[in-house]
Amino acid sequence: MRYLTARKRAEGKGASGSGTEHFWFMQTTAVGLAILMPWVVVSLGRAIRSDYGNAWYILMNPWVSIPLALALFVGMRHFAAGARVMIEDYTRGTWRKGLIITVTSLSYLITAIGLYALAVITLKG
Amino acid sequence: MSDMPRHPRPLSPHLQIYRPQLTAFTSILTRITGNALGVSTIVIVWWLYAMTRGGADYERANWFLHTWVGEAILILSVWGLWYHYLAGIRHLIFDSLHGLDIATAQKLGWACIIGSVLLTGLTIYLI
Repeated sequence: MRYLTARKRAEGKGASGSGTEHFWFMQTTAVGLAILMPWVVVSLGRAIRSDYGNAWYILMNPWVSIPLALALFVGMRHFAAGARVMIEDYTRGTWRKGLIITVTSLSYLITAIGLYALAVITLKG
Repeated sequence: MSDMPRHPRPLSPHLQIYRPQLTAFTSILTRITGNALGVSTIVIVWWLYAMTRGGADYERANWFLHTWVGEAILILSVWGLWYHYLAGIRHLIFDSLHGLDIATAQKLGWACIIGSVLLTGLTIYLI
């Protein structure tokens, strides 16, 4: 049992019911992504512009694959949380629930496929 | 409540009544680019996965990315990323209670638009 009044439990939570949790999550992931992205965009761009062999060679470099894996994971979490706010702004009821579940699942699926691909590229060498 | 007579309620004016403003435009563009980058990620991860499959799967993904539609998606994605990047930094500045006066907010808006185009050019030059 928690010795808190209902008022005390609600304080600081606001209309979202979760306080500033989402705001702070977006800020922390934004700073992380801001550090990673310049490097990731250029190395990924170079890989896409290369032929198969050279793209593989670029992507198996840990200096490329580790930041890329990090950016993919953090980026997809940032995306899921951001897209969720958009869904909450424009939809309600069952549509809202369904879309949030879909976007969350999809972002995890994309993360999993991307990390799998990077692992295969790194381990096959 | 449900047996009360329903009268049409007056609607308060919304977006359509305001003159389009730079700050409103740059704000909604942040949301559009952010969500569009989710689609960009799907394309990139598809290509990455195709790399591991090799052969015809890779040929198909790589062919698509080098058609003009694919190139357009990639270049727009790079621009969208830099725009979202700069707009995100602008939000971090706003959130620290700086740059909230109209003149500075508009300057930061232009900085996002012009800066994103310049960074897109720089990225294409570097890759």
